[in-house]
Amino acid sequence: MSRLPTTFAANAAAGRASLVTFVTAGDPDPETSLAIVKALPGAGADVIELGMPFSDPMADGPAIQWSSMRALKAGMTLKGTLALVATFRKTDAQTPIVLMGYYNPIYVYGVARFLADAREAGVDGLIVVDLPPEEDDELCLPALAAGLNFIRLATPTTDDARLPAVLANTSGFVYYVSITGITGAATPDFSKVSAAVARIKRHTALPVAVGFGVKTPEHAAAVAQGADGVVVGSALVETIRTSLDGAGKATEGTVAAVTSLVRGLADAVKAVRK
Amino acid sequence: MLHARPNERPNSFRTGPDENGRFGLFGGRFVAETLMPLILDLQKAYEAAKGDPAFQAEMASMLTHYVGRPSPLYFAERMTEHLREVAAASGLSGGAKIYFKRDELNHTGAHKVNNVLGQILLARRMGKKRIIAETGAGQHGVATATLCARYGLQCVVYMGAVDVERQKPNVFRMKMLGAEVVPVTSGSKTLKDAMNEALRDWVTNVAETFYCIGTVAGPHPYPAMVRDFQCVIGNETRAQMMEAEGRLPDSLVAAIGGGSNAIGLFHPFLDDPSVEIFGVEAAGHGLSSGLHAASLTGGRPGVLHGNRTYLLMDEDGQIQDAHSISAGLDYPGIGPEHAFLHDAGRVTYLSATDDEALAAFQLCAKLEGIIPALEPAHALAKVMELAPKKPRDHLMVMNLCGRGDKDIFTVAEHLGGM
Repeated sequence: MSRLPTTFAANAAAGRASLVTFVTAGDPDPETSLAIVKALPGAGADVIELGMPFSDPMADGPAIQWSSMRALKAGMTLKGTLALVATFRKTDAQTPIVLMGYYNPIYVYGVARFLADAREAGVDGLIVVDLPPEEDDELCLPALAAGLNFIRLATPTTDDARLPAVLANTSGFVYYVSITGITGAATPDFSKVSAAVARIKRHTALPVAVGFGVKTPEHAAAVAQGADGVVVGSALVETIRTSLDGAGKATEGTVAAVTSLVRGLADAVKAVRK
Repeated sequence: MLHARPNERPNSFRTGPDENGRFGLFGGRFVAETLMPLILDLQKAYEAAKGDPAFQAEMASMLTHYVGRPSPLYFAERMTEHLREVAAASGLSGGAKIYFKRDELNHTGAHKVNNVLGQILLARRMGKKRIIAETGAGQHGVATATLCARYGLQCVVYMGAVDVERQKPNVFRMKMLGAEVVPVTSGSKTLKDAMNEALRDWVTNVAETFYCIGTVAGPHPYPAMVRDFQCVIGNETRAQMMEAEGRLPDSLVAAIGGGSNAIGLFHPFLDDPSVEIFGVEAAGHGLSSGLHAASLTGGRPGVLHGNRTYLLMDEDGQIQDAHSISAGLDYPGIGPEHAFLHDAGRVTYLSATDDEALAAFQLCAKLEGIIPALEPAHALAKVMELAPKKPRDHLMVMNLCGRGDKDIFTVAEHLGGM
């Protein structure tokens, strides 16, 4: 049973948006990555979005590309990502975890085996960037059958005619991509985000989280006005990067740098009463 | 399409892809949602253009007067004689009659322009003003920059920083033609990273940008569309061979990176069972070295750049770098239709090493007075193996898909500065 609906519903009932934080599994190394993930809920993250590192992240900007490279260089694999989730679950049974990434590592791992192992590890949902509704047979329908949420991205190019197809097999929440572009690049026009969320909400009862280009507590507060969730990713992995030493290794300040940013984002999101 | 009678070749090999862009297991549309509406638009626009006589007439006129088609089908007499001597030396009486399809004589020096012309005319029909492309060796980039100059369109070419360095003359050519060349510094800084970066550009600049893909890869409809534009090679070959010899060729040989020149030659012959077909991948330092670009021989099925196909990757599904002396073959994947033809057994896929390609490159220059690109030199390396074993009346066609001017410095370096 996915933890996502409960979390979004509880925060909505409390009159606030949910904070979704993205980090890449294994960045900058498996041990530090686990420490970061464990510290996220305490810092105010409501949902953890965990990147499955991939060599060719075509929809991501430089920040997440580099973070993927750091993780792979440190030996992270899809198996390692699932193990990280399983370890996290030993001490946290509440915080929803969504795995985000690209299809090839999952396809190579084997879809049935992946879904079984992900469930076993305590994963709640999946976001797979390069699987549009046209390819639902590949992973989306088997994931739903296995009891995992499949979270779809809706974008500014997803018009009203196409939205129903995009939403048809979406569950957990809808991830609205606030810009046409890659992660961490442009800053969205926040004045248009509320209208975009409202458009999607006309087609679905699911919560709508907004991401891409949300970098600061001010951005997060602006998005929280109109959305049910705020997704922050590139800013967090950039914080990891700038905390590393000259050899690219984690320092004593790495985990604290991330939690400090998350705390600021969480405060900003919670301050927006709805 | 072949209309099969009961109990006789029940399937045509030429009907793919299906409505979902699949060639059997391969192909598809594995792209981000932002691009999906664009790809559906492109598919509609291409279907409409394909059936529009005005579009076809414009293509035909430009192919004749601008590209310089048809390219000759040339009887490579001295290569034929040489390989018959090789056969005789090993006690064989045969040696195939070898023809070169001279696509290196096209404007811009390779087959790439056939496809670019089609896509640029389509972009114009769709009202797109900005063209982006990825390039490895620079041949597709040069062809795209050329047609953009011809039609006054903005052109941005993504090229791995490593390739920018090793293909400087082509970078200069593109700039002369008015294109912006963007060196890509992410990942391995070669062709696959250039394609990633082009996709990132496309997802950002959706409204007026047309992505001109250089090979039979990417999401549907690209593999089918690029193939259709390249089929001019095989269609001409068919007619030219009928005129020269009064019958179809017995075998076809072509080099494969993504596989666009090969599918262009092969496709019109796929349903002629008498025609043997050989694709040649780049084996780099040898398949056992791990440093190669032979996706079919050394890879397995995966999903990258919008389609499912054979890929070079590690056990975790991370894409590995390809290695080849030829920058044009230096790609860790292959067009999905080749993956299908491989699994179906219709085409035999071989591979040639860097050294074999270098030997063929030199032999072609000396015997025929033609300096081939390193890409078709891989195909020629396998012609040199196959032809001596065939009878004298065997007609073998090799696609000489590019000229070697761009490669002379690379070759000189490998041969010790000759």
